[in-house]
Amino acid sequence: MNAPLPTAVDWSLATHQVLSRLGFGVVGFVPDGGHKRLIELCQADARMRTVVMSTEEEGIGLATGAWLGGAKTVLLMQSSGVGNIVNALGMVSECRIPLLLLVTMRGEYGEFNPWQVPMGQATAEVLRAMGVVVQHAGIAADVAEHVDAAARLALGGYSAAAVLISQRVIGIKSFQDQASQ
Amino acid sequence: MTLHRRDVVKALLAERGDLLVVAGLGSSAWDCTAAGDHPLNFPMWGAMGCAAVTGLGLALAQPARRVLVLTGDGEMLMGLGSLATLGVQRPQNLSVVVLDNERYGETGMQATHTAHGVDLAAIAKASGFAAAVLVRDMAGVSDLRKAVHLGAGPFFAQVKVVAEKIPLVLPPREGTVLKNRFREALLGKSALLQ
Repeated sequence: MNAPLPTAVDWSLATHQVLSRLGFGVVGFVPDGGHKRLIELCQADARMRTVVMSTEEEGIGLATGAWLGGAKTVLLMQSSGVGNIVNALGMVSECRIPLLLLVTMRGEYGEFNPWQVPMGQATAEVLRAMGVVVQHAGIAADVAEHVDAAARLALGGYSAAAVLISQRVIGIKSFQDQASQ
Repeated sequence: MTLHRRDVVKALLAERGDLLVVAGLGSSAWDCTAAGDHPLNFPMWGAMGCAAVTGLGLALAQPARRVLVLTGDGEMLMGLGSLATLGVQRPQNLSVVVLDNERYGETGMQATHTAHGVDLAAIAKASGFAAAVLVRDMAGVSDLRKAVHLGAGPFFAQVKVVAEKIPLVLPPREGTVLKNRFREALLGKSALLQ
């Protein structure tokens, strides 16, 4: 059973609708298989400015600058990318910048690559250590609701909030699956 | 090298109009403050390597305003990949000016990569900036001022400056103070209720 779990829910589409409704105008991302469809939906949305980044850390500056200018930012990254933003998150905390992070998980549910496991297992703890509110979405039907809740917390609380989207939702369980995306 | 960093920044920020300024941590932030503390300055006290991309976020959110990032060579080197990101986004209203003293000024004046010949302007040019120049004298600074205030960006300048220990001129430290005064000055009082 290497295929993604069958799902009637298009979580990427539902998530895009939430981001659109709440007025997120800047979308920073490092290309990622799990976020592929959501990235494409954002790129096709004329009201969203997508910014491809060379490392996730750039997203923290991007979001801070955008908020200084009055725009809301969501960052799309894989769990490995969380390791790249740790020091910069101090700026978001000190300046109380509203920030939404959508993190597709690796290194947990059925991981095949052992090199992904250490960061995947540390992701939630690392985020919490830096003051980020963490929510877990374990099934596709829950993702958009979690994104909506986390976005409201981030915007209402001048805080950083992350939704960790389980590998169970993403469905990558082998190199073959990954290559065929 | 003959240029003094405080003279360069003072010249760039004189009669600044509605220019928005992001300053990288350390000496660049002090230089910016020495030229006159201003609510539309965002001097960073941390997040080393993030100054240029912070300017990008601001430039994208405020396409009708000019945005200037002032930072040091050490700070720019820590976010070198961001030059590629800026080169892809190509915001016409953004300039990045690196005050290059070839030293890590806050930690004991150790040599940076630029002291060994790393050419930041060439990297910016190769990354897709509309223009990227090396500046060594006040005539160059005068042209730089025009480019920052009027030119079509993204524009990059590497300004070679004397490595010198000069008095600290510190901006406010608290992040929320810096953020809120900036947003209020740019977006109006209603921004504080957003």
